[in-house]
Amino acid sequence: MVRTQRKLALIVGAAALGTTLAAGAADTPPPPVLISGASGQMLAETCAGCHGTDGLSLGPASPTLAGFNPEYFTESMKGFQDGKVYSTVMGRIAKGYTEEEIKLMAEYFKAKPYKAADQAFDTKLAAKGAKLHDKYCEKCHSEGGKILTAEAAAKAKEAEDEEDEDDEAGDEEYQILAGQWTPYLHYSMEDFQEGRREMPKKMKSKLKDLIKKEGDKGLQAIFAFYASEK
Amino acid sequence: MKMNRRDFVKAASAATAVGLIGAPHLALGAAKKVVVVGGGTGGATAAKYIKRLDPSIEVTVVEPNPIYYTCYFSNEVLSGERKLESLQVTYDGLKGHGIAMVQDSAVAIDAEKKIVKTEGGKELPFDRCVVAPGIELLYDKIEGYSEAASKTMPHAWKAGEQTKILRGQLESMADGGTVVITAPDNPYRCPPGPYERASQIAIYLKANKPKSKVIILDAKSKFSKQGLFLQAWEKFFPGMIEWRAGPDNAVVKVDAGGMMAETGFGDEIKAAVLNVIPPQRAGKIAQTSGLADEKGWCPVDMKTFESTKAKGVHVIGDACIAGAMPKSAYSANSQAKVCANAVVAMLNGGEIPVPAYVNTCYSIAGPDWGISVAGVYKLGEDGKIAEVPGSGGVTPMDAPDWAHKREVEYAHSWYKNIIGDSFM
Repeated sequence: MVRTQRKLALIVGAAALGTTLAAGAADTPPPPVLISGASGQMLAETCAGCHGTDGLSLGPASPTLAGFNPEYFTESMKGFQDGKVYSTVMGRIAKGYTEEEIKLMAEYFKAKPYKAADQAFDTKLAAKGAKLHDKYCEKCHSEGGKILTAEAAAKAKEAEDEEDEDDEAGDEEYQILAGQWTPYLHYSMEDFQEGRREMPKKMKSKLKDLIKKEGDKGLQAIFAFYASEK
Repeated sequence: MKMNRRDFVKAASAATAVGLIGAPHLALGAAKKVVVVGGGTGGATAAKYIKRLDPSIEVTVVEPNPIYYTCYFSNEVLSGERKLESLQVTYDGLKGHGIAMVQDSAVAIDAEKKIVKTEGGKELPFDRCVVAPGIELLYDKIEGYSEAASKTMPHAWKAGEQTKILRGQLESMADGGTVVITAPDNPYRCPPGPYERASQIAIYLKANKPKSKVIILDAKSKFSKQGLFLQAWEKFFPGMIEWRAGPDNAVVKVDAGGMMAETGFGDEIKAAVLNVIPPQRAGKIAQTSGLADEKGWCPVDMKTFESTKAKGVHVIGDACIAGAMPKSAYSANSQAKVCANAVVAMLNGGEIPVPAYVNTCYSIAGPDWGISVAGVYKLGEDGKIAEVPGSGGVTPMDAPDWAHKREVEYAHSWYKNIIGDSFM
């Protein structure tokens, strides 16, 4: 009985509170203007809790951002924002930044020295992966998926433009694969395969060939090869 | 470099001669000094980043414990997923950066004289002080609870010995018993913590003592990531975890003898294991040094984290009032970097940079079932930290199983990287 009375009192109280809130809502001041203008360094330092100091991730699943191709960084962040690139948490985070802020972070990470992840891999698998990489991936992800020198990048682009002029892959920017964390590469590839992010045409056909001839094991071998590169 | 008064006067005159009035440090070649009080996530990060930003600054961290146990991921010790030792972090990383570690407790911060006094009798002078004291547990807010009683009714809200006690009690408990978790009202350290704890305890019970139950007696009527937790409990532990909402179910009294928790409403709940998470306020040193307000938390200028109550003293992490940011390790790490940038700018007479803040927090709510909340924050023109509209939020309710599994992997990445960024 006591309980019932008390509950009733609570309900009445809640109703009164509701009225107060509703009345208050009309005079609610607009949300405060937020101050922008943080530097690339300030913005990028907020990423370190998941991606490591200076963008050098200690793994296992969040990628190293140091040395990231700035165009790739920007495209990824935009993809997270509009959902064209699948993510768990990054979409929610990317939506907090303007184009200018993303550009500043991209420049900051580009300037940070890249270091290969310290992770275990199967040497035999890696040796096979090296061959598969040459056959299926090297043309775009040149030098074993390492950072493209300006010269190598230009060459890769030229080669593509020649091969198929209508291929959108010619405009694609490449991420460092050599020494990147394997679970990250694995997730990204899974998203490509499941249609959770768009694959460049050329990658699509190369991947189809690879899976047909080598199966999923072929992909594992390529991941092992990237993990082996220091 | 030791210097007597005459030397000082000489050097000061020399400085005046070359136009360095007001900057005797530069003239004397004496380094500027920052003392960091507290070597948790916030304090360690602040020390590391101040040193990184300006290696000429002498940075000293005052911390009583030689080894730090992270509170984050300590719930995994309760399920048996992780060993307590895996939560240990040393200060070798900070020492390697040239940061001085003083293994002692700070007992007073004198903002006037710019000195931190320690229990061991040291007096550490500073130009700026960063205080990251974490939380103080308010045992006396619950009748029958005390620090002594926490040996039998552990809070486990500071990791280490307490975590060990709670895990030990779960292990020795008979099947069919009830584990009671009492959750405090806001604000407190780690908002989703009590609920992740319920999940982790349920993982252990389901596998080892399946007739047992977990009851959460809550002072609140809603909680962080609520929908996601309730969903996970239904999926993995149907009928095992019962959440009793506040304010009626706030625990006001506990009894170690009878292992009983009493709610504000008058219900008495018998427990086999009683985990009492009491109300909290900013760490003790913040209270005794006049940095806290009447509610027990520290008001700061959110651009620099300088205390509004003591000039030259900054407060970061769980202890400070940081607008919309929750009291999490990631928040402390993020605030520490904003504070470090401000401190270095202030010491060098530079412009205080525009801040940026982030929080990301994972909970492992079931086996291979991670959930998260993220927030991107800016300083508002009203001086308060606010979330950037349209950003942040929690894992979607319809996330597929494989996405929850990924979130567990990301949670582990979070752990490695936040330790690395803060302590290494």
